[in-house]
Amino acid sequence: MDDLLREFLTETSESLDVADVELVKFEQDPNNAQILNNIFRLVHTIKGTCGFIGLPRLASLAHAAETLMDRFREGRPVTTDAVGLVLSTIDRIKLLLQHVEETEGSEPEGEDRDLISLLEAMAVAVDAPATPPPAPPPQPAPTLERPLLPGELPLDELDRIFRETKVDPITPPPAAPPAAKAAPPKPAPAMPKADVEAAHGAAQAGEAHGVAAQSIRVHVGVLEQLMTMVSELVLTRNQLMEIARRHDEPEYKVSLQRLSNVTGELQEAVMRTRMQPIGNAWQKLPRIVRDLAQELGKQIELEQVGADTELDRQVLDQIKDPLTHMVRNSADHGLEMPEQRRAAGKSERGLIRLSAYHEGGHVIVEISDDGRGLDVARIKQKALENGLATEAELAKMPDSQVFRFIFHAGLSTAQKVTNVSGRGVGMDVVRSNLESIGGTVDVRSRQGEGSTFVIKIPLTLAIVPALIVRAAGERFALPQSAVEELVRVQAGSDHEITWLNNSPVLGLRDRLLPIVSLGALLGLSPERDGRDEALWERALIVVMKVGHQTFGVVVEAVSHTEEIVVKPMASALRQLPMVSGSTILGDGRVIMILDPAGLAQHAAARGGAAEETSHHGAGRQARASQKRSSLLLFRAGSRDLKAVPLGLVTRIEELEVARIERVNGYPVLQYRGALIPVLYANEEVQRVAAGTQPMLVFADGGRVMGLVVDEIVDIVEAELDLELSPSNMPEVLGAAVLSGQATEILDVAFYVQVAFGERFRHLVRSSERPRLLLVDESPFHRDLLAPMLNGNGYEVTACASGGEALARLGTEDGFDAIVSDVDLPDMDGFALAAAVRGDPRIREVPIIALATAQDRDALERGRAVGFTDCVAKFDRSGLIAALKEFTGRQGIAA
Amino acid sequence: MNAHTPLTKDTAEAAAHDVVQYVTVRIGPQLFGLPIALVHEVFVPESITRVPLAPGEIAGVLNLRGRIVTMVAMRRLLSLPDAEGAPMAVGIEHHGEAFGLIIDEVGEVLSLDAARREANPANLDPRWAQVAAGVHRLSGDLMLILNVDLVLDRAGSAVARQDAGKRAEL
Repeated sequence: MDDLLREFLTETSESLDVADVELVKFEQDPNNAQILNNIFRLVHTIKGTCGFIGLPRLASLAHAAETLMDRFREGRPVTTDAVGLVLSTIDRIKLLLQHVEETEGSEPEGEDRDLISLLEAMAVAVDAPATPPPAPPPQPAPTLERPLLPGELPLDELDRIFRETKVDPITPPPAAPPAAKAAPPKPAPAMPKADVEAAHGAAQAGEAHGVAAQSIRVHVGVLEQLMTMVSELVLTRNQLMEIARRHDEPEYKVSLQRLSNVTGELQEAVMRTRMQPIGNAWQKLPRIVRDLAQELGKQIELEQVGADTELDRQVLDQIKDPLTHMVRNSADHGLEMPEQRRAAGKSERGLIRLSAYHEGGHVIVEISDDGRGLDVARIKQKALENGLATEAELAKMPDSQVFRFIFHAGLSTAQKVTNVSGRGVGMDVVRSNLESIGGTVDVRSRQGEGSTFVIKIPLTLAIVPALIVRAAGERFALPQSAVEELVRVQAGSDHEITWLNNSPVLGLRDRLLPIVSLGALLGLSPERDGRDEALWERALIVVMKVGHQTFGVVVEAVSHTEEIVVKPMASALRQLPMVSGSTILGDGRVIMILDPAGLAQHAAARGGAAEETSHHGAGRQARASQKRSSLLLFRAGSRDLKAVPLGLVTRIEELEVARIERVNGYPVLQYRGALIPVLYANEEVQRVAAGTQPMLVFADGGRVMGLVVDEIVDIVEAELDLELSPSNMPEVLGAAVLSGQATEILDVAFYVQVAFGERFRHLVRSSERPRLLLVDESPFHRDLLAPMLNGNGYEVTACASGGEALARLGTEDGFDAIVSDVDLPDMDGFALAAAVRGDPRIREVPIIALATAQDRDALERGRAVGFTDCVAKFDRSGLIAALKEFTGRQGIAA
Repeated sequence: MNAHTPLTKDTAEAAAHDVVQYVTVRIGPQLFGLPIALVHEVFVPESITRVPLAPGEIAGVLNLRGRIVTMVAMRRLLSLPDAEGAPMAVGIEHHGEAFGLIIDEVGEVLSLDAARREANPANLDPRWAQVAAGVHRLSGDLMLILNVDLVLDRAGSAVARQDAGKRAEL
């Protein structure tokens, strides 16, 4: 292919991308002659060059488009159809160009009569109304609305003087791009919005000759080669420095230092040549959004902020697709239809906002919309169906964590699959794409107010600062960006390792971090069984943070930090988890660069006490624990073990006793921006005077409380066989044998009642509270559910069997709903439902079935016999939501 | 601006019309032959870095004059016990990447008539048959022709297999 053609292709495809953007702007702002002129000139240039090079098909197509645009220039009204037509012409031109590129200079067979005739027809159509073209209004001469004061000149006189005075032209702006930048000439015309300007980094505008002289086109391959060579240079420099560290010869140390500095500067300069404004990745978005808006019948505004934020072009390439996908997602799922928006009191025009900015070696890109926000309940339900988490886990999960399930494979919460998105193959691909370049993605959302996706990506992939550590006798590089701090564990120091169910956890200030041995995680050192105290006693821990997950890895030694040159792994090893690349150290040895995201995932899967349980681990657990419950074992007062269901524990904190304050004589604690009551589990619990003491945090509805205990012992999974103890201790629910030891199960609801009952009591007359009939064979579940429902403002009558329930329903009036387990001893839930539906006096009472996942098959049957709804057994928020919906009444807060 | 790079043909195959030159190597008890056109160099593997979680036949990676070379333990690939003596390695390019095959010792260069190449014996261990491209009868010995493409594809696919296995398990 000759140079002329290549040049033409590069320029034209850039022009076309710009034309796309400009046209969409033009559609929104049809009176802007400046934009129209830009587009016209672009199309005109294409036409001219095509004719010159001998591409008649392209030339005639461009000509037809130009003719239509010329009508607009004459002032004919601009219609969406017309712009759509020009856009599809541009698409066709792109298609032809692609063919020209592939075949090195020949146009494909065929012709474009279809489009051309449409264009011509449109040109005639817009002509038809023959409204005289409103002459582009000359800038009306401003007039002064008062008589001139002595010494003042009339405005037109001033104007004349200005015009005649020679000044340096202000446009094009003299601010030249850095010479090193390989970007093609910047466009000169002033854009209405400064932030969109950067999107034109690649634009070739006719009037930019002054600037053109300052930048040149360089083939990307040359830059890549430069980068490779600089990388090698950095490596050699590092090796020399390593040698210099060992020998003490001041003679060449000075030159070496100089070499080192120059290398550093060179590296930086070369990196700069690879930097491109992120706006380049956004360039196609306005067009995509416009097309989507048309297709979906929505009105969408795309706002771009910080398009000139620069990052490495390699990174840029990698995020293009994820970004596009996320914007499409926002347009499709995020934003509501205009009528829904109107109903919700929002403007009909939905807003998608893209913004980018630098933050400490990273670029943060945010994609936000002001749409409906993510549906927590639906995501939870999907997560449950896919076995990503158990009901108990979901119940105690903060929303922010629930939202993250949308990044898991196969989890699309879209109600229907559109041809835009909703197949559930999207967000997980987005996440893995971003993670593959060391980026992270997170989401924030508020129901009804919109969602924001936050992407954090490294500036460059080629050279990264890394911490060199040693584990299992090998050295590894941990990207510095993920390293939070280094902690040396010492007995008696603040940082101590505690054990939860054989998983080590590090207490670091106010957090509990799961920790893993790097060697064991990587499968290089043998798995240590049990608690090898000696190993952990003086452990050196690198605390890492990936997304919102913080964890510690135990290493043998930390050597130093180094700018490492990332070498990709051989393709045979690219699939390996936890390893993202390799590098050559100063001593010539190859070491592996570990992938923090992979480490986080595997660390979570390994540690039972991980802050965020990985979905793999949790899924397996979910299947295994259908009939079992997780219990938190602790000591309070006596040496005997006590336990509460783990599902009821929101967090385990180390309470600094000095932080306990008193209100009304009762101990309270400022906790996460709220004041929560603190109780001691019983009289015998040690009242530590100074230091810390473990505290369990329970949250029930909006009520949060702390329960101080002596010692956290373990987390066990057990089939709970609760024996009610006729003890005179109201806080004890009963006893059970756990891990071969008699254990008291404490009643969380009792504590919540005590904590809030005495201090924060709102008296509610019981007749106003909706009445529920709770039917469940298991006393444990009854005792678990009744106080919870009570706490949510329902008056609960509990019974153990279907027969008892029917008897109650027969003798007592006024139940607002029945909450029933499906498995009942005498008659099952279905029979109960059938009986209720058969009784004319109570047939209207809604029945909500509590079912385990296995019973879900029977759900259809249940609906047929008259269940109103079915809720998973441990889904407390789901139950409350269902009650709210079907009793038509909200519980009255107790 | 042609995006298509021609696929690298097995140059040995192309030249297979009359005489093919082989470098012989010994892996365990067996003599193997590698088409000489594929062998870039012979070196002593030193300071190999283990790659965590890599399949067993990948011995690790090492720095060979600034290039990172992936080392394949041929004994493990052929299900032979690990060697005791100091190994040797044969450097090979495969799809633009550098590999080193760890073998016991390097022999000589033989020029063999391609027409005398025989098919794999039917009773050859399937694991071996997968990487062997035929047999040459030498005086007093048999030389299996090592199909380097298959060897390296197999070494690579092990990762994918392992990964897929893990996924299935979860």
